[in-house]
Amino acid sequence: MTSPYQQSNTPADPKHSSRLGLAQRFYLREVLSGLTLTGARFFANMARHTLHTVFRVKSARGAVTIQYPDERRPYSPRLRSLHRLVRREDGSPRCVACMMCETVCPAHCIYIVATEHPNPEIEKVPERFDIDLGKCVFCGYCVEACPEDAIRMDTGILEFSSFSRGGMIYTKDALLALEPAGPNGVPTSPVPIPADRPMPVIRPAAASRTRA
Amino acid sequence: MFVVLNFGGLLTWVERKQSAIMQDRLGANRASIFGIRILGLLHPLADALKMLTKEDFLPARADRLLFKLAPFVSVFFALGAFASIPFGNTLTIFGREIQLQAVTLNVGILYVLAMLSLGVYGLMMAGWASANNYALLGGQRAAALMISAELAIGASIMGVVMVYGSLNMQDIARAQGLPLLPQFFGSWIPAWGILTQPLAFVLFLTAGIAATKRIPFDMPEGESEIIGYFVEYSGMKFGMFAMADFLETVVIAGMTTALFLGGWQIPYLGSAGFAFPWGMEVPLPPLLVTGLQVVAFLTKVVVLIWLLMLIRWTLPRFRYDQAMRLGWLGLFPLAILNIVITGLVLLMLGKA
Repeated sequence: MTSPYQQSNTPADPKHSSRLGLAQRFYLREVLSGLTLTGARFFANMARHTLHTVFRVKSARGAVTIQYPDERRPYSPRLRSLHRLVRREDGSPRCVACMMCETVCPAHCIYIVATEHPNPEIEKVPERFDIDLGKCVFCGYCVEACPEDAIRMDTGILEFSSFSRGGMIYTKDALLALEPAGPNGVPTSPVPIPADRPMPVIRPAAASRTRA
Repeated sequence: MFVVLNFGGLLTWVERKQSAIMQDRLGANRASIFGIRILGLLHPLADALKMLTKEDFLPARADRLLFKLAPFVSVFFALGAFASIPFGNTLTIFGREIQLQAVTLNVGILYVLAMLSLGVYGLMMAGWASANNYALLGGQRAAALMISAELAIGASIMGVVMVYGSLNMQDIARAQGLPLLPQFFGSWIPAWGILTQPLAFVLFLTAGIAATKRIPFDMPEGESEIIGYFVEYSGMKFGMFAMADFLETVVIAGMTTALFLGGWQIPYLGSAGFAFPWGMEVPLPPLLVTGLQVVAFLTKVVVLIWLLMLIRWTLPRFRYDQAMRLGWLGLFPLAILNIVITGLVLLMLGKA
């Protein structure tokens, strides 16, 4: 007895029916057509690889994959990457420690301690400005909330990792040292290594790999 | 033997690279010595190093002897199966005749079949000795698959044996150099097994893939359902099981070549050189002829391995019942039918 569920599962068009015809059940022809497809793909790609490596035709690419640490996809200019603190011309932070970003941050990952600025025209300056990237959700609210355009997320740096939670906390100096990304979102400044990040064992290799 | 062993190692590279190329990828290319990568050819080496240095884990309730023995049994029979596959005609050096075949056996085919079938003991031992239900299931499946595949292999080979009238693989390879039906085609078409036994070729290849227990017949492993008979294995013991699979692929490719693709035969190449049916003759020294034949055999094996890999990376895994049904209700009756038809044709040609 067929259930209504089964009936609805079998479309009227026999071409898309889940029931197999005799030729399909015999399977051999289907196997051969499948092998033709994959085999043709193999030879096409093999020809492209040969052109690429042997005959140095650089436009012929047999693979669609991107060899990640060596080559990268271009990042969108809107990409929210590692934060940076924008500097004034004298190098001091543009931030006036208004606590807007700290307040708006849904992850509570920003910690600011304000102090007096030597210039009387500027109200305050952050003495500490820590972002715990282990908590940050990269929502970009801090950038939007900032009245001074003092924090931006345009460094293009996405590879910051640490062996400890403390290593994920980026301090004011580290954030101030960063530069905006170049065209195609390529980072222009190296990934900062905070002082409290423990030395990784494979330090030189790791550093060279994270560099763009 | 050494060549086969290296083939096994090389096949891991072939598998990675070929599948990558089929799927628009580059494949493993990161292993390097002093920055030299040679297309990822160092990955098998890195694999071996990794496997050899990994912890050799022994489950607490495992049967110690069987557990340790199983991978060796598996690899031993996979390697041993290659012994009686001829890779060239007799080679005469300084008056000594050397058979280009590791072991000259009158019952070579039976020997290969026996070795292939005995290989499953390793899997069953592994499944049983691991004290793991999944491993046991995998071992059971391996045994069931092997029985249903070996039957079809044996039955499909019978047709070849009937046509060439020998169980000696060297004799079969030699007979495939003779012209096919000279009363109709003259000496144009060599009597390769694929032409005399096309149905048996398809059946043998299918059952052979099943015997290697790789995808599409990898229910004994079935990474996504039961991990398989080698769940509890680690390090080089696991590597040996993986190796056995690759070795069996080489064995099946070698057998198919020897039985159906003319073995070491090159069309129109006799022991004295090329003798084309349109009358042209190119005499060659016997040593060069033998070398060409060995190269021909290797080329055929490589092409077949490529085909097996293509199948492995194209088809999805059969369900257990589907594979059983294919083996028992598809391959085996067709192989029997093939024997009957072969007998009838031979009778009509007056050869029986």
